[in-house]
Amino acid sequence: MSIFVDEDTKVVVQGISPTSQGLFHGLRNRAYGTQVVAGTNPKRGGEEIEGIPVFATVAEAVEATGANASFISVPPKFAADAIVEAAAAGVPFVVCITEGIPAQDEALAYNRLVRQFPGTRLLGPNCPGIISPGKCNIGITSGDIAMEGGPVGIVSRSGTLTYQALHELSQQGVGQTTCVGIGGDPVPGTSFIDCLAAFEADPDTRAIMMIGEIGGSAEEEAAEFIASSVTKPVVSYVAGVTAPPGRKMGHAGAIISGSKGTAQAKMEALSGAGVTVALNPTEAGEAMVDVVRKLD
Amino acid sequence: MDLFEYQGKQYFARFGIPISKGGVADTVEQAVAQAEASGYPVVVKAQVKVGGRGKAGGVKLANDVEEVRTHAGNILGLDIKGHVVKRLWVEHASDIAREYYASFTLDRSAKKHLGMLSAEGGVEIEQVAVTNPAAIATVHIDPVDGLSLEAARQWVERANLDEEARDQAAELLVKLYSCYTDGDCDLAEINPLILTPEGKVHALDAKVTLDDNATFRHPEWEEFAGSDVEDERETRAKERGLNYIGLDGSVGIIANGAGLAMSTLDVVNQCGGSAANFLDIGGGANADVMAAALEVINSDPAVRSIFVNIFGGITRVDEVANGVLEALDRVDISSPIVLRLDGTNAVAGRAILADHLSDRLVAEPTMIDAARRAVALAGGQS
Repeated sequence: MSIFVDEDTKVVVQGISPTSQGLFHGLRNRAYGTQVVAGTNPKRGGEEIEGIPVFATVAEAVEATGANASFISVPPKFAADAIVEAAAAGVPFVVCITEGIPAQDEALAYNRLVRQFPGTRLLGPNCPGIISPGKCNIGITSGDIAMEGGPVGIVSRSGTLTYQALHELSQQGVGQTTCVGIGGDPVPGTSFIDCLAAFEADPDTRAIMMIGEIGGSAEEEAAEFIASSVTKPVVSYVAGVTAPPGRKMGHAGAIISGSKGTAQAKMEALSGAGVTVALNPTEAGEAMVDVVRKLD
Repeated sequence: MDLFEYQGKQYFARFGIPISKGGVADTVEQAVAQAEASGYPVVVKAQVKVGGRGKAGGVKLANDVEEVRTHAGNILGLDIKGHVVKRLWVEHASDIAREYYASFTLDRSAKKHLGMLSAEGGVEIEQVAVTNPAAIATVHIDPVDGLSLEAARQWVERANLDEEARDQAAELLVKLYSCYTDGDCDLAEINPLILTPEGKVHALDAKVTLDDNATFRHPEWEEFAGSDVEDERETRAKERGLNYIGLDGSVGIIANGAGLAMSTLDVVNQCGGSAANFLDIGGGANADVMAAALEVINSDPAVRSIFVNIFGGITRVDEVANGVLEALDRVDISSPIVLRLDGTNAVAGRAILADHLSDRLVAEPTMIDAARRAVALAGGQS
């Protein structure tokens, strides 16, 4: 099994044109085997681009093709509206890889989804997307570094470290059920906890790799969740142990987070929750290989 | 982007938030002119983006023109924690009856806006947060709803602000919220927010961080650009559009992706070295970007070796390899380079480099091996 997407996922690419990022990535995803069933572009409804039927709106695309996921890579100033359009059209799973969306737009779009369209899960923004090896790939992950068959589920805040984690495991012959890049933006639609809960519920996922980053308190919250609700082994790596201290000014951030946010605090929290904490991505890969060997 | 106090105050003023009468001065004569215009007594304040300027002698009260001359002369050029004062803000000195604290920022955990208000501002508010958290009245604001005047009134009451300050404070908070949201701030903070003996509420300081992602819809932010970066290396990097942070070590770092760049710093550190910089060249590691990155790192005299750590996803490693070679043709690099190229088309990429490897251009198969080599080439522990 996999989480969030599978072989039945049908993707509509929002903002498609012959020169768009959406088309470029959409074609790569289709070449991987993903069902890319539609594109949208308000000026190109009725056209067909590279065999992908184009509709003026997401609602029309859903109506005509039964699309149940959307992929957004439009420029930052259009992205928040695109997310809300997909949710309003009833798309249950929206992947937004766009980087650089203003935080105010992001916070507003997220809360509109929570309030008005609770049936929609947003992944991202500013994330590499999601891949269930052999089944579905939405986003910019290179399919050939992933390996089918499980048993590891990966969730990561960082793009390149997501690839690194996939690569380390595949090199050692350890496959993945699903690899989710949740992105590093201030208001991610899908959190570590959402993914941990989904992996915990997925019978084919037997171990979880979690890759965090300095800043915020998502890793600390994930640690609490792992301690209370995750029975599967978790291996973790948190990037930024030696990162330069943030240059945030003002007191508000410090008042909210207290000592939270440093890599050290995150690693201690995870370790305290029974997670195997590695000091670099390679070590994390090796630790996971050990964990997987002991599963059999 | 962090704003100077004077920029923050001017930004506040656009949203109708009351501030003291004052102006900017780059010279003693300008300071005198601003003092005359604002009315004595005045406060002469160093404009630096670092805390603790009061203790460092960067904030002084002046009762007449002579005192303005003395203080302005002393403060201009003053070094406050490595920040040299080039500009002053001179404003009419306010009598203070009470000092409060107010701020808006995003609560990433709650995924809502967080307002914080305290009747115990002015002093170390972080201390208050630890010793007496009840003294900070917080409010989570759903961006869909915003902050109504009615909600602000209840909030002000809950924070126990003085009776006579409440109406003005509530109105000011609604304006500050609109500055924070419509003005695309990551942080809008007033400490202290004061009540004067005459019963006026206004902002005596301003800490504003603008959201760089919103620059496209704020052409007026143009005036805030520049004058921001202190590190010369960072200035050069910024000119070339690179995401660079200068550090104190001897191993220059180039990586694609912020996570991988941070991870590269970690691994260099674990191998006993220390990084000279953080540099994320992003997804498109073409020859131009690579050449620009190598140039910036090469200009740092502390660098003894350069570690290029690329994991190809969308970026193909063979393109990166060509980019490195082309960059080396253009830039004369004084330190040895250690390459770790992995991911999409890694085999082809390594083949391209095979004929060009030397003791000045080394390739290693893994991140750890490459870090060890880069640290060794930099002379071990640094």
